[in-house]
Amino acid sequence: MKMHYGFPIIAGLLIFIALLCAPFAMGTAVTKEYKQPELKLPAGEKECIESKEFMREKHMQLLNDWRDWALRDGKRTYTNHKGKEFTISLQNTCMKCHTNKAEFCDKCHDDAGVSPYCWDCHIQPEGLK
Amino acid sequence: MKNDRRTFIKLAGIAAAGIAVAPKAMASSGQSPVKVNANAVHAKHWAMVIDTTKLHTEEKIAKLAEVCHAIHNVPNVEGNKEVKWLWSDAYAHTFPEQENPHLSEEVHQRTFPLLCNHCENPPCVRVCPTKATYQRPDGIVAMDYHRCIGCRYCMAGCPYGSRSFNWGEPRKNLDLEKLNPEFPTRMRGVVEKCNFCVERLAIGKQPACVEASEGAIVFGDLRDPDSEVRQVLRERFTIRRKPTAGTEPSVYYII
Ligand code: SF4
Ligand code: SF4
Ligand code: SF4
Repeated sequence: MKMHYGFPIIAGLLIFIALLCAPFAMGTAVTKEYKQPELKLPAGEKECIESKEFMREKHMQLLNDWRDWALRDGKRTYTNHKGKEFTISLQNTCMKCHTNKAEFCDKCHDDAGVSPYCWDCHIQPEGLK
Repeated sequence: MKNDRRTFIKLAGIAAAGIAVAPKAMASSGQSPVKVNANAVHAKHWAMVIDTTKLHTEEKIAKLAEVCHAIHNVPNVEGNKEVKWLWSDAYAHTFPEQENPHLSEEVHQRTFPLLCNHCENPPCVRVCPTKATYQRPDGIVAMDYHRCIGCRYCMAGCPYGSRSFNWGEPRKNLDLEKLNPEFPTRMRGVVEKCNFCVERLAIGKQPACVEASEGAIVFGDLRDPDSEVRQVLRERFTIRRKPTAGTEPSVYYII
């Protein structure tokens, strides 16, 4: 059986498949260029509440636990893995070191496309305008 | 054979019990990462006694409300969308069930300070579908604003009008220059009320209104017979708001 319009069909198919794959091909190109955001770290303080790796991965779970411990259980002193104590408070402990929300929190949150609503209530260290 | 099966079931039971108990046992052996602040003040049940022979004018009460609202970043809204933690009202509205036509003129003309009663049997807690409102073991009826969905069941449940709903964005009605940076604001669509200053008790301080009252408000442990609160209750005549509601308020008024 002879195929009518064989060339246009094949060409069309190829263009179609190329278009389908384009986002993936371009995407890899884009992700290859992605650079980790440069955070402004606290000037006076070398160590966070827990290790850098722990904070990077789990700060959201930690904050979630902190909230329940402080509000529900009335326990507001946290002892870290090294035995150092901290007052449980986003506003009064975390943000006393990370004094610039835009230079720290927002950098990663913006890149990751998340907008946590912490700041709808908690007052950012720079104050509100 | 029979014996073996019994032994097996027994061992399995012990193992299961072990699993159930293990995390708790670990937590109590000093591994738990959290504890109560070292300088916090504690009570079995916090209660407040307000001396209305000393604190009965609008100006005096407004001054206390100002302190409370300033440290808790309570927005200032006029009219029926107001937000309030501490406010004042007339005798008839404060003690509607205890009115009589021949009440002492002087008492009738007093103005009474009002706040959340931190009821022993709080209907607001019972009706809250998300447990955003809850009662702490020390009696304080607290709110977790993270969880409030703004359904306002608690407002319908509270017989004292102690709760306010944020109809608008609270920050629009706050002086942003004068915020207390140590305490959060709220967001639109949540309910708020007096928290008996839990954040101050946690660092060993008395509630702000008590401190500012110059002795007209006493605060302490209702379950401790030697506490100042109990001493005052023993010596003076006190009433509570709306006794028939059965909520058992923890705020007492010296008349
Ligand atoms: S006064 Fe109202 S809001 Fe406060 S505990 Fe009692 S019922 Fe709840
Ligand atoms: S408005 Fe908030 S606190 Fe009140 S009942 Fe609903 S969820 Fe609970
Ligand atoms: S106890 Fe604290 S929160 Fe409640 S009215 Fe007094 S100052 Fe305000």
